Amino acid sequence: MPVNVLMPALSPTMEKGNLAKWLKKEGDPIKSGDVIAEIETDKATMEVEAVDEGILAKIVVPAGTADVPVNELIAVIASEGEDAKALGAAKPIAAPAAAPAPAASAPAPAPASAAPAAPAPAPAAAPSQAASGSRVFASPLAKRIAKDAGIDLGSVSGTGPHGRIVEKDVRAAMAGGTAKAAPSSAAAPAAAASAPAPALASGMGDDAVRRLYEPGSYEEVPHDSMRKTIARRLTESKQTVPHFYLSVDCDLDALLKLREQINAAAPLVDGKPAYKVSVNDFVIKALAMALMRVPDANVSWTDSAMLRHKHADVGVAVSIPGGLITPVVRKAEQKTLSVISNEMKDYAARAKARKLKPEEYQGGSTAVSNLGMFGIKDFSAVINPPHATILAVGAGEQRPVVKNGALAIATVMTVTLSTDHRAVDGALGAELISAFKQLIENPMGMLV
Amino acid sequence: MADNYDVIIIGGGPGGYVAAIRSAQLGMKTAVVEREHLGGICLNWGCIPTKALLRSAEIYHYATHAKDYGLTLNGTMSVNVADVVKRSRGVSAQLNGGVGFLLKKNKVDVIWGEASIPKVGEVKVSKSSKPAVEPQHPAPKGVLGEGTYKAKHIIVATGARPRALPGIEPDKKLIWTYFEAMVPQTMPKSVIVMGSGAIGIEFASFYRTMGADVTVVEVMPQILPVEDAEIAALARKRFEKQGMKILTGAKVSKVAKGADSVTATIEDEKGVQTITADRLISAVGVVANVEGIGLEALGVKLDRGIVATDGLGRTNVPGIYAIGDVAGPPMLAHKAEHEGVICVEAIKGLHAHPMDKLKIPGCTYCHPQVASVGLTEAKAKEQGYTLKVGRFPFMGNGKAIALGEPEGLVKTIFDAKTGKLLGAHMVGAEVTELIQGYVVAMNLETTEEELMHTVFPHPTLSETMHESVLDAYGRVIHT
Repeated sequence: MPVNVLMPALSPTMEKGNLAKWLKKEGDPIKSGDVIAEIETDKATMEVEAVDEGILAKIVVPAGTADVPVNELIAVIASEGEDAKALGAAKPIAAPAAAPAPAASAPAPAPASAAPAAPAPAPAAAPSQAASGSRVFASPLAKRIAKDAGIDLGSVSGTGPHGRIVEKDVRAAMAGGTAKAAPSSAAAPAAAASAPAPALASGMGDDAVRRLYEPGSYEEVPHDSMRKTIARRLTESKQTVPHFYLSVDCDLDALLKLREQINAAAPLVDGKPAYKVSVNDFVIKALAMALMRVPDANVSWTDSAMLRHKHADVGVAVSIPGGLITPVVRKAEQKTLSVISNEMKDYAARAKARKLKPEEYQGGSTAVSNLGMFGIKDFSAVINPPHATILAVGAGEQRPVVKNGALAIATVMTVTLSTDHRAVDGALGAELISAFKQLIENPMGMLV
Repeated sequence: MADNYDVIIIGGGPGGYVAAIRSAQLGMKTAVVEREHLGGICLNWGCIPTKALLRSAEIYHYATHAKDYGLTLNGTMSVNVADVVKRSRGVSAQLNGGVGFLLKKNKVDVIWGEASIPKVGEVKVSKSSKPAVEPQHPAPKGVLGEGTYKAKHIIVATGARPRALPGIEPDKKLIWTYFEAMVPQTMPKSVIVMGSGAIGIEFASFYRTMGADVTVVEVMPQILPVEDAEIAALARKRFEKQGMKILTGAKVSKVAKGADSVTATIEDEKGVQTITADRLISAVGVVANVEGIGLEALGVKLDRGIVATDGLGRTNVPGIYAIGDVAGPPMLAHKAEHEGVICVEAIKGLHAHPMDKLKIPGCTYCHPQVASVGLTEAKAKEQGYTLKVGRFPFMGNGKAIALGEPEGLVKTIFDAKTGKLLGAHMVGAEVTELIQGYVVAMNLETTEEELMHTVFPHPTLSETMHESVLDAYGRVIHT
């Protein structure tokens, strides 16, 4: 029997993706495990592996197609001897209905899709979703129950017709059934919870903006999915998360001295130092340790409960062409500076290549955004829900300071903690940032 | 050895033939085995011919009540039983032929005879051992005959038959089942109907409207036992007003047969009484046809007389499936059809969802009609819901009054916490045509809000559905 290859859901929240590249041609033999295509989502480029053997009978969605809904038929694999051509011609018609559910197929356990982590075998609605970007399709009852329970529908996978979220999906999410990769995203601070999204200011309409400029005086660059995600997530954050900000100056001189010693002590591997710790690596480590010292601040807000995290998973904003992404250093409190440093180098390289996996950039309870390398003195960052805080790090620069009543020169770095007031109150935030300052200024404490 | 099929379906009733057509649509080579009549009980001896009979009764009712509408009928109005029955058989025959045509059009093979499953993957068809119910529609042309056929998937869709109570076994003459009650040669002057489910009540309604004295005997404390108690009580009131005698909490303990009459001994709380009538109709439910197929030998698991299946029609034996009445209640044609579709779609590997049995509507075509979907008020309370219940009487509806049908009630039951529509229950004119509005709403998981925001056309009976929802939330307009 021919096997339909469906657009995989690479993360629980993924609704569609771009089919970047086919690595196999029609007629090519396919072995189980072969990478047949590359899918680009808002954050990453992922490989699609074949689960079945056979011949790639038909490529239904050509390379370069944008916004392919999850579970749409993208190709057909025929087994040996099947008439590949006939299949290919017949299949696309059957496609929308043909989302094979592993549980449903009686005779052979027909592999559902090539998705390694596709949790929901739900077909997605092609036209409407493509047209309206981030609209979440859910039944009225599902919406209401989600709202009452403070569940973010964006984090729920729909199993209803065309991937629509129905009551049982929300119930499953409430029971903790969502998104293993993003434990806290299921409980994201329900944007729609208290104020329905349409009621919030949505800015000027597209045409109203265009009218302000002379036609031809600008060029229109369509949003890619990362841009849309950034826009949606951060708008949601600013509209639903009550931010407040705490700034503090940190004396970096001790840290810089220690960093020099640490880096000088790095053993050589293949003629190169095994690590080169940056100031930012210290910042990650210090924030993680500060969170462990002030555990009340290591939380995520949900309408029904506070999620108190047991480890400090620190996201680090990495700028990449066309946007940014925030890979998460897990259990950073337990990792040494050199481990964090090397992990970050790997993350940064793979982020730029858009090769990060969803589980590498989802979750976390806080994040670090460092614009020091651009000479920025201080700034405030937007919280990335479900994080409760984010630390904006400015440049370390020599400034005149008063020490023991006398003017002196010190290397000072200003950091600003943005805080979700629902989860972390002012005094608690201050406690956290004080702990951070204490660690940065006494960096030996991070080595023990 | 005959052809190899992807799917063979045993039984050409509404479950079987619909499953067959869907199976063929999905490109599977499909055959249906039928021993008696395409379309099954439903369109030969059930749903369809009874609707034809009830239509005659309805017209007779309106004709005899023409005065209420300002009309005078000169001359006499009488029931010609033979012609009423002939019309009913004609309707059935037409649809029976239609099923044959549909199967042919979809290239589904029809194998004529009685099927058994000697082993997984094989269906043996032999001459039917069951005497056909007369009058019989002619067998379709171009059918395959006896032999052994191979199939990757075998779906048992053998339906059900009337249940017989010991000592009160139907004899086709004095004690009828729906088979005989549907084709009376003369109109009995009096009838005892044993059982007040949909079948019992429909025949009671038919015979009463046609002028017979009708006594309904029901074991349960209410008639239409699966319906909401309030709706059933309202229906009962109407039936009694029409002259029907109804005994609930009562049991027929003995039936003595006379030459052309029966005398039933009926026991209830108050004591024992005997009622003599021309005929007794036994309508005490149906039992699944699980015998003679070879299911036991194959090790197919049965559960209290029905084939045990998962939500997708699969039995415990791979390659053997069951749908419709034989797979358990509710034993309704539309449930069988839907199960058939789910079953073959699952076989094909499509993304089939098990059916939510709480969203299967039920209809009874008495006068007034009864229709419902979902939980009754009592069941909903039992399950621990806090309820918001809406009621709207037909008396408040312009169309109902214009039709001369002011007796009716629409009752809606919501979960107070979420606004989920848990159940809807209706009694009144044409409610069987209205209920699907609520069924669609339930399937789309609407809350009371969407129902309130929906515009219902005026003037229609459907406005009662809107008002009932409004009433549940204290916003009713017309009462």
